[in-house]
Amino acid sequence: MSLPLFVEVLIQGMLTGLVYGLMALGLSVIFGVVRVVNFAHGEFAVLAMYAAFVLFGLFHLDPIIASIPIAAAFFVIGYLLQRAVVQPFVTRPQHEQFILLVGLSIVIVNALLLIFGPESRHVDLPYSFDSFSIGSILIDEVRVYGALAALAVTAVLFAFFRFTSTGVAIRAAADNLVGAAVVGLDVKRLYAISFGVGLACVGAAGAIMMALTDMTPMLAPSLTLLAFTIVIVGGLGSMVGALAGGLLIGVAEAAASALASPSMKSMVSFGLLIVVLALRPQGLFGKAEA
Amino acid sequence: MSASPASPGARQTVALALFGLALVAAPFVVDRYILSIILLCLIGAYLGQAWNILMGFCGLLSLGHALYLGLGAYGAAALYVKFGIGPWLGVFVAMALAVAASFVIGWLGFRFRIEGVYFSLLTIAFAESARIGFDNWAWLGGAAGFFLPVRAEDFGQYWNLRGGPFFFYYLALALAAGGLFVSARLRASKLGHAWLAIREDAQAARALGVNVTRARFMALFVSAAMTAVGGVYLAFWGNNIFPGQIFDMAHSIDIMLGPIVGGVGTLFGPIVGSFLLVPLGEALIEALRALGLNAPGAKALVYGFLLMGIIAAAPSGVWPWLARRLRLQDREQ
Repeated sequence: MSLPLFVEVLIQGMLTGLVYGLMALGLSVIFGVVRVVNFAHGEFAVLAMYAAFVLFGLFHLDPIIASIPIAAAFFVIGYLLQRAVVQPFVTRPQHEQFILLVGLSIVIVNALLLIFGPESRHVDLPYSFDSFSIGSILIDEVRVYGALAALAVTAVLFAFFRFTSTGVAIRAAADNLVGAAVVGLDVKRLYAISFGVGLACVGAAGAIMMALTDMTPMLAPSLTLLAFTIVIVGGLGSMVGALAGGLLIGVAEAAASALASPSMKSMVSFGLLIVVLALRPQGLFGKAEA
Repeated sequence: MSASPASPGARQTVALALFGLALVAAPFVVDRYILSIILLCLIGAYLGQAWNILMGFCGLLSLGHALYLGLGAYGAAALYVKFGIGPWLGVFVAMALAVAASFVIGWLGFRFRIEGVYFSLLTIAFAESARIGFDNWAWLGGAAGFFLPVRAEDFGQYWNLRGGPFFFYYLALALAAGGLFVSARLRASKLGHAWLAIREDAQAARALGVNVTRARFMALFVSAAMTAVGGVYLAFWGNNIFPGQIFDMAHSIDIMLGPIVGGVGTLFGPIVGSFLLVPLGEALIEALRALGLNAPGAKALVYGFLLMGIIAAAPSGVWPWLARRLRLQDREQ
């Protein structure tokens, strides 16, 4: 591979990786706090993609801008979902949580299938095929904007967890549940907020992805797996890890597409996953459990 | 109400015998369509038993059992088509392949203490990698699928699994009965007790001198080998294998739904679950068709809601509840 191509692949991969990272961040927040693995994560991403698609069709709203209202709506969905459906399962065994969320994922995908059909959808943005050129390196414009948007949402999220009292309380609950309950934090509310924040991440990421790729309801399971892979590579429950994992997987996928065939993409990320699990089971940025 | 005339154990034996007799007699009573549904129930029950040994007995949640199914199917089918080696021999190769794959997963998982969610996700990763690998393996047909020849002159070669609907029905019945037998024997064995101890508290089991890693490997091997046998059956029954179907995560989910709905860790849960879910799926298709709603996705949509409802209402499964109602057992088994 020539050097310009190498740099191009690296940059494109990192830009996509930032969007992946945002999606995975949602999964990581939910697991880190609520201790429930959201097996419907990719399905929510696809739901957000369709929301962006519809908003584009109705109001010609750019999916990258639509990510803001969609994230807000997803926060509400997540909050209510945790309160009404997931909360009773928090203390139940893992396989029961799994079935609940798999049931939910089946509902989402097939509702989308019923409404929109199996056709592949995409949005035509005026700048879809434009690119920035630096010397002989070409970078897709839309990917740059998408990555910037993802970075902005991520920054807001980090600020929320660092500087707001709710954010700090959530981190406290994630760190020491009993302690948090003892000092009088409303853990159920914090869980609901966390699930909402997690879905807001995946909502924003899904909307941005609508600008980058074609989409069908069938894409959902592979997105769920992608989010898992990223989060495990980075370390379940670690926010920095989710971002780093996103970048790593983004670059690995871009490299695999360029070097081999696009179908080898997920093979490479699974390979990476297995290597990371073998060498560092808690993930690159995860804390080893005592 | 008067006291029950027989002990729950005896009542359970009678109920099982009656159920078994009904299944043996079924081909002479019901039509082809119903028989094909019972066949699917039996296969589901068998695969559910296999998964249940790992999760229900030993507490290891595998979300990628389609891996063993696919390896078994491809292993035996490839030997038969490419080298003329029949499935009566191929089934052992199929089991060996699945055990080898499960060894790699177990080695990664147990050696590096990948537990809980991580182990489950590891199993998905392997199943997905296999799907992509077989998708790209041209020698075995790749994504376009691998086909077994259906020749009239082979018919009746039962040792090569070439037979009609009755043959495959009784084979499925034998598998399900065998699965129940193996599960019951293992559960009552020393190894079975070690599994239950590990499921409840692995550290406590280790402290009591149970070789946890060895017992977990055994559960993994048994479960993988049994699932591979199911894969051989599916390959020779359907005469075609597609990586996108057999290795699909939806297939893994299908395998585990029966035991979870029926009751994880119980002997009869996988059977009850499968005999509930398969007809439920079929009835849904019929009902939606009668309503004029045969759009793609309608069935699965209702199915998804049902799953959520069942797991919310009866988390420990249908069988423990049913057994109490029918007084087939006096305590959770």
